[in-house]
Amino acid sequence: MPELGKYAVEVLSAYAASLALLAVLILLTLRRGRAARADLRRAEAEGNSDA
Amino acid sequence: MTALLIRDLRLAMRAGGGFGLALAFFLIVVVLIPFSVGPEASLLSVIAPGVLWLGALLSCLLSLDRLLAIDFEDGTLDVLATAPLPLEAALSIKALAHWLTTGLPLVLAAPVLGVLLNLPGQGYLWLVASLALGTPALSVIGTFGAALTVGIKRGGLLLSLLVLPLYIPTLIFGAEVARRGAQGTDATTPLLMLAGITLATIALLPFASASVLRRGLR
Amino acid sequence: MSIWTYANPVKFLALSTRVQPWLWAAASIAIGVGLVWGFFGTPDDFRQGSTVKIIYLHVPSALMAINAWFMMLVTSLIWLIRRHHVSALAAKAAAPVGVVMTLIALVTGAIWGQPMWGTWWAWDPRLTSFLILFLFYLGYIALWEAIEDPDTAADLTSILCLVGSVFAVLSRYAVQFWNQGLHQGTSVPVATGGRTVADVFWYPLLLSMIGFALLFVALVFYRTGTEIRIRRAAALRARAGRGL
Repeated sequence: MPELGKYAVEVLSAYAASLALLAVLILLTLRRGRAARADLRRAEAEGNSDA
Repeated sequence: MTALLIRDLRLAMRAGGGFGLALAFFLIVVVLIPFSVGPEASLLSVIAPGVLWLGALLSCLLSLDRLLAIDFEDGTLDVLATAPLPLEAALSIKALAHWLTTGLPLVLAAPVLGVLLNLPGQGYLWLVASLALGTPALSVIGTFGAALTVGIKRGGLLLSLLVLPLYIPTLIFGAEVARRGAQGTDATTPLLMLAGITLATIALLPFASASVLRRGLR
Repeated sequence: MSIWTYANPVKFLALSTRVQPWLWAAASIAIGVGLVWGFFGTPDDFRQGSTVKIIYLHVPSALMAINAWFMMLVTSLIWLIRRHHVSALAAKAAAPVGVVMTLIALVTGAIWGQPMWGTWWAWDPRLTSFLILFLFYLGYIALWEAIEDPDTAADLTSILCLVGSVFAVLSRYAVQFWNQGLHQGTSVPVATGGRTVADVFWYPLLLSMIGFALLFVALVFYRTGTEIRIRRAAALRARAGRGL
């Protein structure tokens, strides 16, 4: 851990907030992507069973 | 074109057309300001130009969703889209009608409300000039926003979200003119910028609005 | 073979699946190394103290916030002119990433501003412009959400993006006129080719900027793929519903 001096709170909170925001973005992206994949598979299956 | 203008003006004047509503809203906003910041005359005279500009802008926003929605519901818009008159022209006329029924009354009412807010004497001319120059831009930009949201149910809130950021440059220069005028400093530069924005939006934005409306109606 | 090959959704998905692992890996490495190097391996600034370390987050995210909008502008134009669905969906996919980048830039800026300028927020032209950019992103996303027909939504949001770009630039100059700022000049002036950052800070910053850019590309690839799949599922269902 480097010596952050009197600004330790600021620096750490900036990193924490940014990484948290990025993590939320990536998680939401992945979740939506998985749901879309699953839904497409279902839609394709429905189409095949009808045919 | 004149027929369309007269028709729009008549519709707006009729009860429920929202003609007096914007004015009443402007009055209420201005009356509420001293309640929220205190009755000190010196403070009010400092913020008066900005408050009057913001009040006029919000009042303008209020009547935008009627601009095209009524015509959309009764099918007039489809007629206009297929009429020989270019849709760009029709939308410019509609913006003009909106300005005549909303913008112009606001411009005329602003000096009266300026008295309530203790606006310095030298500021009145600049306030009226800046509003007269700036409100046409608000109507034209608002027509673009109305065209974007016309097919959307309960699009009023979305309309505000879309239009307000587009109002920022107009507000900045308009309020700057009024503020400098009230302080007695030279307001030529922002006045020219404001005029530039208004002329550019009047010249260009109807094309965007018409293109949006054609795609939206399809 | 031209770039328009990838306007075909199937080809696009194939390409995107092929390059994505590399993109994600490269982005993680660049951001990871850049941030760790910046955080642990660089000295404090003699005036800013350790808060200088925030630059490794602030500058790259601000850069990508603007570039994301620029990318949306280009893809919107491509959609309006050549009507490639992938292009419109890529613009849709980029917008939320741009929002998050803008938010990171604003938040890190505020955290840095508190000890350095003595205030979280100042109505400085750069800060204000970013806030305005944030509002434009919100309006753009809200319009996408509000319109049901996907092609109409793509049309209208594209035009909004074009008009919004003009007004965003206009706001930028209006804001500059309205208030002279306290924000320092750009750290990486591309136009002049120079830079105002010392080498020790520059290399990790450069790495972090590359990392953020790669992350943006990876996210847009992934999200565009998601949008394509959603559209295809809807199309399949519509066809089944019509009894074909």
